[in-house]
Amino acid sequence: MKEKILNSEEFKRLVKSKNSISLILTVLELFIYFGFILLIAYNKEFLGQKIFGPVTVGIPLGIGVIVLSWVFTGIYVAWSNKVYDEKVSQIREKIGGE
Amino acid sequence: MQTVLGQPTLTGIFFFLLFVAATLYITYWAAKRTRTTAEFYAAGRSITGLQNGLALAGDYMSAASFLGIAGLVSLKGYDGLIYAVGWLVGWPIVMFLIAEPLRNLGKYTFADVVAYRLKQRPIRTAAATGALITVLFYLIAQMVGAGSLIKLMFGLPYEVAIIIVGCLMIAYVLFGGMLATTWVQIIKACLLLGGATILVFLTLYKFGFNYIELFSSVTSKYGDKFVQPGGLIKNPIDAISLGLALMFGTAGLPHILMRFYTVPDAKEARKSVFYATGFIGYFYILTFTIGFGAAALVGHEIISKIDKGGNMAAPLLAEALGGEIFLGFLAAVAFATILAVVAGLTLAGASAVSHDIYVGVVKRGKADEKQEVKAAKISTLCLGLLAIILGIVFKGQNVAFMVGLAFAVAASANFPALFMSIFWKKFTTQGALASIYTGLILSVVLIILSPTVWVDIFKNPQAIFPLKNPGIISFFGSFIAGIVTSLLTREKEAEEKFESEKIRSYVGIGAE
Repeated sequence: MKEKILNSEEFKRLVKSKNSISLILTVLELFIYFGFILLIAYNKEFLGQKIFGPVTVGIPLGIGVIVLSWVFTGIYVAWSNKVYDEKVSQIREKIGGE
Repeated sequence: MQTVLGQPTLTGIFFFLLFVAATLYITYWAAKRTRTTAEFYAAGRSITGLQNGLALAGDYMSAASFLGIAGLVSLKGYDGLIYAVGWLVGWPIVMFLIAEPLRNLGKYTFADVVAYRLKQRPIRTAAATGALITVLFYLIAQMVGAGSLIKLMFGLPYEVAIIIVGCLMIAYVLFGGMLATTWVQIIKACLLLGGATILVFLTLYKFGFNYIELFSSVTSKYGDKFVQPGGLIKNPIDAISLGLALMFGTAGLPHILMRFYTVPDAKEARKSVFYATGFIGYFYILTFTIGFGAAALVGHEIISKIDKGGNMAAPLLAEALGGEIFLGFLAAVAFATILAVVAGLTLAGASAVSHDIYVGVVKRGKADEKQEVKAAKISTLCLGLLAIILGIVFKGQNVAFMVGLAFAVAASANFPALFMSIFWKKFTTQGALASIYTGLILSVVLIILSPTVWVDIFKNPQAIFPLKNPGIISFFGSFIAGIVTSLLTREKEAEEKFESEKIRSYVGIGAE
């Protein structure tokens, strides 16, 4: 039974979709954080520009990295709760356990 | 401005005693529910996602990150924000790569997962070494920080402060195990988030709830430079190296990873990271505002007069806005913060000794519940006493580098082996050992040769290794060592187990 599940297209698709989501979101997170760091290293002038009165571009950008990181975790949870768990429970039913 | 900082105030002592009484009562309550190993290490897996999210935040947000980052922002402005961002970005990585498979494959420690399909004894020895070194450096930094902070706030002698912190943390963990530790962390997280929120509310009230006004007040005092990136990032490679250590180190901290075993399943584990990231992110945004508030309303002169590093910026702001009562409350919150973090660290360190080394290696996995709980309690007591002794030994030493080192070891010795054991079929025992020991040795040796230790502590004129944090070399070095060694040594059994492990890892069948 275990072999059958492991070799089923369904299970392979499940593993693949989950790994893809994880990979895409990890790359996005790396991109925004290291992008922010490199921007500070190479383009301080851009970040130092004023937008609202004394507020510089860097402030919403820095806070944006924090907020966006949280949003990414939200996207992952939403996807997992909606799509992933559904498929997992189908597979669990097939195995007949729990 | 007159300050009562540094003297024991009645309100400070009152709030502190209230916290101690409440947490000791919880410990008493938890002690009756802490008999089995699953109860001692993992609170009987009874914690919900929201509770664990709060506890994770309570485990992670240290007094150093509260007082330190607020202080850094108050003195250096924008650069403090750059630093704060680095402390958050590891959390999404924990969620996307680690949390669910860790929960499904392991039992109590992250070494459970690394050793899952590899040879138990050598892997457990190596992984527990990585865990213990991470915990010890982090613990020394916390204890020394605790001693000086409490001295600054309450005027208690350093040694007395260390002994109080040490004894309370031993009591929580020894008698109440993970259940008491969890609730100490939850209460601390609520107090810290609540206290910081009130502080921000009072600050913004002064500026008519208008951030622009706050920033204007600061720039008119300290110039436009204050809201622009300054000197924190000079060398981009150094910044990336620190960034890698912070990001992947978070996903390799034993006391954080251990918390995922306290929830019933992978779904709750994933939810708890979402809550934790939200709480911690919100907290850093508050801290940033508090730093600016302190710069505007207290001023650099007083902040740096009381403490050169600016650590007292937040308490001073609390006193300026809410008087002695609010200062006393915040001082007690800082105390609670320290306790929650060191309790989590002690439990993680003790479980590496008892679960991995004693039961896994010495007893070859053959120990009954009673023996293991007893071993865990003895380890807790020894580690707690060791923490007190080390805290006193390192009095007055510059230990700031130890947190950076703890993160570098976590990112280089713990994370790569954990990651490859979860995702890479051809990972072998030899590969895991190479990865763990390479990461461990590179991070420790390179940090000694780096400007942080070689110049700042040993007072040599020039560092042998140019970067302040070894992350970039030790992180990739550990991966390369693990990959090359695994490719050279094939382990058929481990490859076969990898396939069947998938059902447990992805679907959760067979998970404990």
